[in-house]
Amino acid sequence: MRQIMEGSHAVAEAVRLCRPGVISAYPITPQTHIVERLAEMVANGECDADYITVESEFSALSSCLGASAAGSRTYSATTSQGLAFMFEVCFNVAGMRQPVIMSIANRAMGAPLSIWNDQQDSISLRDAGWFQLYAEDAQESMDLHFLAYRIAEDHRVLLPGFVCFDGFILSHTYEPVDVPPQDGIDAFLPPFKPFNVLDAKNPISMGMYATPDYYMEFRYQMDQAMDQAAKVMAEAGREFSERFGRDYGGLVEEYRLDDADVAFVAMGSVCGTVKDAIDEMRAAGVKAGLLKLRSFRPFPKADIRRALAGVAAVAVLEKNISIGSAMKGAAGPEVKDALYGTGINVYSYIIGLGGRDVRKKDIAAIAKAAAAQQGDMFYGLRTELV
Amino acid sequence: MVDKSLELFDCGHRACGGCGPALAGRLILKGAGENTIVVASTGCMEVFSTPYPETAWKVPWIHSLFQNAAAVASGVEASLKKQGKSEKVVCICGDGATFDIGILCISGAFERGHDITYICYDNEAYMNTGIQRSGATPYDASTTTSPAGKYSYGNKRPKKDMPAILAAHGAPYVATASIAYPADLMQKVERAVNTPGPCYLQIHAPCSTGWGFEGSKTVEMGKLAIQTGLWVNYEMVDGTVVKAKKVARKPVDEYLLPQKRFRHLFKPARNEEEIAKIQAIADANAERFGIDIKPKK
Ligand SMILES: Cc1ncc(C[n+]2csc(CCOP(=O)(O)OP(=O)(O)O)c2C)c(N)n1
Ligand code: SF4
Ligand SMILES: [Mg+2]
Repeated sequence: MRQIMEGSHAVAEAVRLCRPGVISAYPITPQTHIVERLAEMVANGECDADYITVESEFSALSSCLGASAAGSRTYSATTSQGLAFMFEVCFNVAGMRQPVIMSIANRAMGAPLSIWNDQQDSISLRDAGWFQLYAEDAQESMDLHFLAYRIAEDHRVLLPGFVCFDGFILSHTYEPVDVPPQDGIDAFLPPFKPFNVLDAKNPISMGMYATPDYYMEFRYQMDQAMDQAAKVMAEAGREFSERFGRDYGGLVEEYRLDDADVAFVAMGSVCGTVKDAIDEMRAAGVKAGLLKLRSFRPFPKADIRRALAGVAAVAVLEKNISIGSAMKGAAGPEVKDALYGTGINVYSYIIGLGGRDVRKKDIAAIAKAAAAQQGDMFYGLRTELV
Repeated sequence: MVDKSLELFDCGHRACGGCGPALAGRLILKGAGENTIVVASTGCMEVFSTPYPETAWKVPWIHSLFQNAAAVASGVEASLKKQGKSEKVVCICGDGATFDIGILCISGAFERGHDITYICYDNEAYMNTGIQRSGATPYDASTTTSPAGKYSYGNKRPKKDMPAILAAHGAPYVATASIAYPADLMQKVERAVNTPGPCYLQIHAPCSTGWGFEGSKTVEMGKLAIQTGLWVNYEMVDGTVVKAKKVARKPVDEYLLPQKRFRHLFKPARNEEEIAKIQAIADANAERFGIDIKPKK
């Protein structure tokens, strides 16, 4: 059913449809509307989850870990400072192979304190062993949750996942959303079947310590599982397309790339702006296209190499800064690596940090810079301030 | 009643000889029984009992981090409740995990009223990382971060009163116990796991390595702590002390002298002033809990 919904409410609705057994979360702007709506749903009996109102994000994710280990489908949501507070638990949940799903309403990291959007928070956790999906709009914010649980709980994967959607830009805006029916989701997402579970009838120890004789193999298996996540995402995405008519067949989405000279690579809501900018550029004779990364972990290296094979220059739009790194953005070097040996120029452009607006004309200017072989830089700085 | 003859904490683990916490683990499981899920914190007990791929635990056991056992247990409990399962959820954590770094998670779990039993095995320092002080380290104990020295008599502060803190959270049952009194310990564990709501148990667990005494003297050391009034075994129901073990008190010297961590109080010369302060702590305990057996008139 098509409804006009706030992005956060679309996410809450998706979570409800996934039937989590335990929800545990702590409020933080701009994630709050999700957890408030879920609390309302639980209070009204529309969502049959146990909702733990924890005293901190640290406990939110820790309790999800416990609940998952005890056999429940679990959910949490956070952003920015809250995610950073969970840092230690994030690594732990992944290492213990618990398929917890968490929505990240992407927000900048302090200091200076900022409640506004960029993607520094989730990007900073790229090595934690969680898959990371990024949504462009409210519909995708909703749908990626269905996919996320399918991927995470698949016994070939068993890794936790972030569903990232840009704070305020997506979380607080209203858009039409096609809400799938409960029986459709039930058919797509069967009840959670844990791989291992805390059960007095079959006692096991979970979270033991490993000596150097064992540790590396655990990490190796996680990396293997992340490769499987890519496979499962494609599989589940195709099934989702067949069932619900929206195409999530891949880790990437291509927009007007066929004959493009300049290709953008981007994640999240900015892709909408980029698509509009591309249409305008094309009307003016500039052959531009977009490769949207729907997944940052697993990183879609093969897709990038295939999709960008014919372009002359690639502009990676980064809502993050890896301070001190050569290209400045976190995705740039990985895109460059994917295109290694092709001779294609790849540049990072740091944009939209701390909620700085990114406009179509900025995208057009970045295309020009990339064509002129200028990049690995901030774009949109107020130079009078620095 | 649980079958206390069951051995649910297996032998063959890697604790030091005479490890009080190892004994505590065994007795806790005897009191809690088979239908128990244990949530552990990082520390000696976790490390000596679960070197992958071996485990000493014959009940389901989970360890996540140093400071989040109470939160993990909250999730386990919520999940079990949701699934209609009956296992008791029992945290078994060190004093560092409990008094210091994990207090946020514990406070949250107790305030929310989860049906869990949180047990602190109190060996009075961070032993796993090499005997550093914690909020449970007693006054004047020498540890690697509170060493006795020319200008130091060891740990500068008395033990934090964790039982009172958790009683103030409205915990229906809070108790202290000692590995030196196993029947009492097991009974208290059994009572705690069968009391609905969050319950707290603090178990005195002498550590031969960290305190510096012979591994054969662990139980003796536990007894001396009680007999001197430096540790009191008591029970609180709904915030009120209902029972405390009475003793014919011995001077604190008898407990302090055999332990390396207090040796500086006796060498090169007996430090009257400091020992008097420790005696005052024991006297205050005795007064507060009314543990002195009065001589018959
Ligand atoms: C966040 C964090 N800080 C520090 C440590 C290092 N660490 C591991 S165990 C431990 C001390 C444990 O003390 P306690 O809880 O009293 O248990 P014990 O080893 O004495 O049995 C410390 C400091 C850690 N694992 N995690
Ligand atoms: S250091 Fe102490 S607590 Fe740790 S294993 Fe040895 S005796 Fe037990
Ligand atoms: Mg300790």
